[in-house]
Amino acid sequence: MSPKTLYDKIWDAHVAHESEDGTCLLYIDRHLVHEVTSPQAFEGLRMTGRTVRAPEKTIAVPDHNVPTTAGRDDPAQMTEESRIQVQALDTNAREFGVHYYPVSDVRQGIVHIVGPEQGWTLPGMTVVCGDSHTATHGAFGALAHGIGTSEVEHVLATQTLIQKKSLNMKVEITGKLKPGVTAKDITLAVIGETGTAGGTGYVIEYCGEAIRDLSMEGRMTVCNMAIEGGARAGLIAPDETTFNYVKGRPHAPKAGAYEQALEYWQTLYTDEGAHFDKVVTLKGEDIQPVVTWGTSPEDVLPITGVVPSPEDFEGGKVEAARRSIEYMGLTPGQKLTDIEIDTVFIGSCTNGRIEDFRAVAEVVKGKKIKDGMRAMIVPGSGLVRAQAEEEGLADIFREAGFEWRLAGCSMCLAMNPDQLSEGERCAATSNRNFEGRQGYKGRTHLVSPAMAAAAALTGKLTDIRELM
Amino acid sequence: MEKFETLQGIAAPMPLVNIDTDMIIPKVFLKSIQRTGFGKNLFDEMRYNRDGTEIEDFVLNKPQYREASILVAGDNFGCGSSREHAPWAIADFGIKCVISTSFADIFFNNCFKNGILPIVLPQEQVDLLMKDAEKGANARMTVDLEAQEITSSDGDVIPFEVDPFKKHCLINGLDDIGLTMEKVDSIDAFEAKASAARPWV
Repeated sequence: MSPKTLYDKIWDAHVAHESEDGTCLLYIDRHLVHEVTSPQAFEGLRMTGRTVRAPEKTIAVPDHNVPTTAGRDDPAQMTEESRIQVQALDTNAREFGVHYYPVSDVRQGIVHIVGPEQGWTLPGMTVVCGDSHTATHGAFGALAHGIGTSEVEHVLATQTLIQKKSLNMKVEITGKLKPGVTAKDITLAVIGETGTAGGTGYVIEYCGEAIRDLSMEGRMTVCNMAIEGGARAGLIAPDETTFNYVKGRPHAPKAGAYEQALEYWQTLYTDEGAHFDKVVTLKGEDIQPVVTWGTSPEDVLPITGVVPSPEDFEGGKVEAARRSIEYMGLTPGQKLTDIEIDTVFIGSCTNGRIEDFRAVAEVVKGKKIKDGMRAMIVPGSGLVRAQAEEEGLADIFREAGFEWRLAGCSMCLAMNPDQLSEGERCAATSNRNFEGRQGYKGRTHLVSPAMAAAAALTGKLTDIRELM
Repeated sequence: MEKFETLQGIAAPMPLVNIDTDMIIPKVFLKSIQRTGFGKNLFDEMRYNRDGTEIEDFVLNKPQYREASILVAGDNFGCGSSREHAPWAIADFGIKCVISTSFADIFFNNCFKNGILPIVLPQEQVDLLMKDAEKGANARMTVDLEAQEITSSDGDVIPFEVDPFKKHCLINGLDDIGLTMEKVDSIDAFEAKASAARPWV
């Protein structure tokens, strides 16, 4: 048998039907659902008299619209439209009988944080959600990707997806990371190298010593942004770190079944000599703390750099860079560490987990954020929030001057009341710096949690290594 | 789904690269629970001032492109979020075909579910069609899906590739779910086999 990649193995294990032209029905093990991209899909089922084929494999949680301030059960905190969407999810989840974590449930949070936390996401699975950051779950060695609403309806009705196989891409990060460099810097550095279309048509497997050394939280951060590099999915082969994280989670296999599962999970790796269609290698020790300067996640530079000039680029990117620099209100040649920040957002499915908050606490403990700074920390789930409270992190944040919020997507995409105003400039741990992403004419610089914490203290984009 | 056969119409040029789904339909418009009505907010922040007045030099606000049914766009069109509201807005505006050097994966798939044909062509050919589109309303292009050919206003014929299954669905306006339901025996068989092999799933 010819050697297979991890992606090949998971793919082959889920093909329910293959047509002559290679179009497959891929069986879906877990379908995650949130309130923004699902109402039309459930309505479609109703209109055609169809049902949810596997409600026991379908998990719903509201996250995009929900307010993150205290007393959010008060409907007045939501706009009429947001309330209708959240209520529609509530009605649909109950009517179709899927697993459901309502806003009032302590386990509620961002769908990509809740899934792994509850043990819904397991190695070797296929996981989809009507959300591009479904790539997050690839950290477990699960084939996970975002789908559109028509596909959400298709999965609800048939538990399959019509797919053609992608190509295999390997991203290897060799060696060790230097102090101050995190999973976020890895994933941004890779996109800086490949561009936002570099992964189009591929499923990426991240490997190498620097990836192996990451915790599950860090691996989720890396895979989360595979989509920002254009890839259908990002994967990391499961290992002891993965198994230890999964074991004992509410929906992970229990004793007996666990051993059988583990035996299978241990076969989930890329065989020696398997073919990759594209290979990118970065040295871990070359990666520096990075920041984005523009309005595409590929606009990445080490924090020690300067704002580029449009003429530094070629082709269509010249005009895109000119537009970005103007939108961001920057000047070519300006040092990145001279860029002043008025808002800090720490959270999202990229960096809203306990490890991210520990990193922030380490930087801000016993210090105060800069006067006038608006800084918020939004946990990825109610359980992350509870754990941070228990570990004393929340007290550190409050004492430093941060707002300590309830769980949700919040200012990552600003569908709830957490938004940037025109011209405001934010250091954000989220995943997208697109025009208007965090609010109309808002300006976003993507950074790691530690770098966001540093910016909150100094009021400028800051090299975390100078505070260490 | 509406059938896609041959489309003849005005092509609007949007040479900017990395046009993302937040540009195509900003999140403030994602709160609808309907599939329709998004066309008026297509490219909202590029198309309108904050007070709702039109930004004159935005391509779709120019008189010659207001009726455009084809978009010729820069590389990596539709990157970002999985929101199907993006193709819904494009289709609702009246655009049925987008031509670029590359598309983001999820956006590309979403187009086919909504009667929109996304066409990938090499840079030189996109450049040629971009120039053609820049001529305005008198330069009408023809996109023939059956023949897999684009004819520019100058009569240049450019062939394009399209996945045979997706082409079949688009030309016949087929509903994916109905087609998959015909294979329910395969799904049942797979499910039985998989649950025996991986009972913990």
